[in-house]
Amino acid sequence: MLRMPEPDAVVLARRVQIAEDLRAMLPADSVIADEHQRRVYESDGLTAYRQLPMIVVLPETTAQVSQVLKYCSENNVKIVPRGAGTSLSGGALPLADGVTLGLGKFKQVLDIDLPNRCAVVQPGVTNLGVTQAVQHLGFYYAPDPSSQIACTIGGNVAENSGGVHCLKYGTTTNNILGLEMVLMDGEVIRIGGKHLDAELYDLMGVICGSEGLLGVITEVTVRILPRPATARALLIGFPSNETAGDCVANIISAGIIPGGMEMMDRPAIHAAEAFVHAGYPLDVEALLIVELDGPKAEVDELIERVRVIAESAGSVSLRISNTEAERESFWAGRKAAFPAVGRISPDYYCMDGTIPRGALAKVLNRMAELSEQYGLRVANVFHAGDGNLHPLILYDANKPGELEAAEDFGADILRLCVEVGGVLTGEHGVGVEKRDLMPEMFTEDDLKHQIRVKCAFDPEQLLNPGKVFPTLHRCAEMGRMHIRAGQMPFPDLPRF
Amino acid sequence: MTTDLRPADVTMLRDMVAMLVDRKAPTEIIGAGTKRAIGRPTNVEYLLDLSKLAGIHEYEPNELVLTCGAGTPLWTIESALESNNQQLAFEPMDYGPLLGGPAARGTIGGVLSANLSGPRRFKAGAARDHFLGVQAVSGRGEIFKGGGKVVKNVTGYDMCKLLAGSWGTLALMSEVTIKVLPAPEDTQTLVLHGQNVADAVAAMTLAAQSPHEVSGAAWLPESGETLLRIEGFPESVKARLAAMQALLAGLPGEQSILDAADSQARWQMVRDVEPLQATQEWPVWRISLPPASAPEVWQALMASVGVAGYLDWAGGLLWFAVDPGLADGGAGTIRGVLATNGGGHATLIRGAAGLRSGVAVFPPMSAGLEALQGRIKGNFDPNGILNRGRMAGF
Repeated sequence: MLRMPEPDAVVLARRVQIAEDLRAMLPADSVIADEHQRRVYESDGLTAYRQLPMIVVLPETTAQVSQVLKYCSENNVKIVPRGAGTSLSGGALPLADGVTLGLGKFKQVLDIDLPNRCAVVQPGVTNLGVTQAVQHLGFYYAPDPSSQIACTIGGNVAENSGGVHCLKYGTTTNNILGLEMVLMDGEVIRIGGKHLDAELYDLMGVICGSEGLLGVITEVTVRILPRPATARALLIGFPSNETAGDCVANIISAGIIPGGMEMMDRPAIHAAEAFVHAGYPLDVEALLIVELDGPKAEVDELIERVRVIAESAGSVSLRISNTEAERESFWAGRKAAFPAVGRISPDYYCMDGTIPRGALAKVLNRMAELSEQYGLRVANVFHAGDGNLHPLILYDANKPGELEAAEDFGADILRLCVEVGGVLTGEHGVGVEKRDLMPEMFTEDDLKHQIRVKCAFDPEQLLNPGKVFPTLHRCAEMGRMHIRAGQMPFPDLPRF
Repeated sequence: MTTDLRPADVTMLRDMVAMLVDRKAPTEIIGAGTKRAIGRPTNVEYLLDLSKLAGIHEYEPNELVLTCGAGTPLWTIESALESNNQQLAFEPMDYGPLLGGPAARGTIGGVLSANLSGPRRFKAGAARDHFLGVQAVSGRGEIFKGGGKVVKNVTGYDMCKLLAGSWGTLALMSEVTIKVLPAPEDTQTLVLHGQNVADAVAAMTLAAQSPHEVSGAAWLPESGETLLRIEGFPESVKARLAAMQALLAGLPGEQSILDAADSQARWQMVRDVEPLQATQEWPVWRISLPPASAPEVWQALMASVGVAGYLDWAGGLLWFAVDPGLADGGAGTIRGVLATNGGGHATLIRGAAGLRSGVAVFPPMSAGLEALQGRIKGNFDPNGILNRGRMAGF
């Protein structure tokens, strides 16, 4: 089972005093010390893990965040930042000796600036909230993770969230222009603005996806895009995963980058159809949803091109949406895939590796073997355009050993992703979930260089420790140079 | 007198850096050396030339990724992509002619280290947005990798972003993986004539706010032209061009259209700063600003320090030449005008060595941000041997 850093007994012993000190700097209802109320924060979207936080604070201003962090820094108290708590990798899992800092009160849209095609928002605004704030003006915010009604923009920055449209429109990192962030020592920094490109080092690029380990985000400037004129989708059934995979490859090699391209395997199709009755064909092995968006003339042309490609790849069923309602019905099953699987199994465990698409058939076949070996069913939904695979492992937590088996099965799947040239996580983050698998993908030196970034921001490692990195190295130790005079491989270098 | 080092592989590179670390020897890092005249001049003992780390290692058009040695010439990559109807969507510019050198000589490592992009930047992103994976040797003499070889990845910190635009001050890249995309089948450009800066920014703003997916928007004051590029599938280009013509019909300026060949030539000119290439004495600034601030910034700067310039990125990028007689190359005025007009930043791209020694070539930052950047530099290059002093004080 998961091991977290050993709680600091000195800090735990001072819990009451720390709560009192925090109350002196925050509004009364912003400090939660009562056990019953803290319980709300004990988990995030990775519900298999729970931990009661020592204290929860809900500051309202950047100045308050700064004060809290400065105080915690001076008192050696750990901080776990939290948005809406929708992380699927345990990024917001509390620490027994840590203060969970929730950004839920940062809910304002501060500025909508159409001439500069951007909006300035506080981190607690939901992802969908950003789009809702600008949609009456014909604009939207492009990254659209499935949890968009709940997840916050601050959490999106922390996780570099994607969504079904990110092959064409990019993930969070490609769609933000500026940040305000508080460092662990309380210093407030501002990066970027309403212009493009970093001044010096691209800190915004590093902070995006840093899983709350580098600072607490207090303001975000996002790019907003004009809404595409039209969107239409195709719903295509295939007799095998291989033929569906070929179709995806042929679409890309025809120079078409669809707005969305999603694949489901047979178990996922059946679960979704039983749940929402989307009209999915049940006699196919794989189902592809291809959505094309943009100007009407383009969409109409590309729908036709994709139809031809699909038929020559061996599709056995094909429908094309002619109305918005029809397009949405194609998506209904895919969007409900997770809860649909939740209906056919007491519990499920969602994985998130990315693979080169060419390896899809190999990975799915191997996964079927693993499914047999572990005695657990698996359903697959797949962001086919960008190779991001979401296997859903079905298990029953009430059966002894099944959770552990599901976790082992999941770890094997992620190792398989790395083995075929892919990565551990495409969009859900490392968190605590994949922390101990990091050495499957990275060497000790690879990880040390990442930790050196961490040390520049948070040298005492008080921000969200126990996440992302499998071992906590002290920053002082990271600073040592291991090169000694006299052991150089090229003592007389000028010969090169 | 500098000593040239040309590693043939990453192990040799690592061993050379270890030697340089041991000697605490200030070292300049180059690919093809096309951008050596950018940044503060430095005194170095060694020149580490990565041009032998060249060659395409993996290219799977269907996976949209390409992996190659960091010293691979850009044209090698672009011609491989072209034969598969693909491209680098960020349209990397070429600083060669602007800096008085030959064209088309740069390496992909140089493109990424300088985070180059071109006119498509405001729609498609910069080099950093297409930089998926890296293997590098830090100023500690250790090989490390970051990112991956797939288009979607959030495993660990995004080390590619850190290295993009770091101008060789943190690590030496040996191998890189980049995202590649389909090339458009057709390109057309709508030209509006007789445009002043206010007309141009109004037209570019309207175009960028429309759903017609404009992939280039520039204003050339010499000819008074506003250029709006539309790319994609032929049927789509035709429809969007017609829609754009109708959308902008009420605005000042006659309209005309450039076909694919003329479009390509014109946008390459915009990309490579051709209007400011000829008079090499003019110091040239690259100014990134909020697009809507462009008219005020342009007018204030032309009325004070400017001699020529033009706008790209729908107003978000100002290429600007200043009077060569100014002691600070206009740095104070330019940065002051930006500060009072919504922010942005200015980098001195072309200037005599004396000028580059005397002013902040890269944008100055708040003390806190500079200290943070300095800590990153210190953690990656504790002895400060890699391009020391080129970007900032560290």
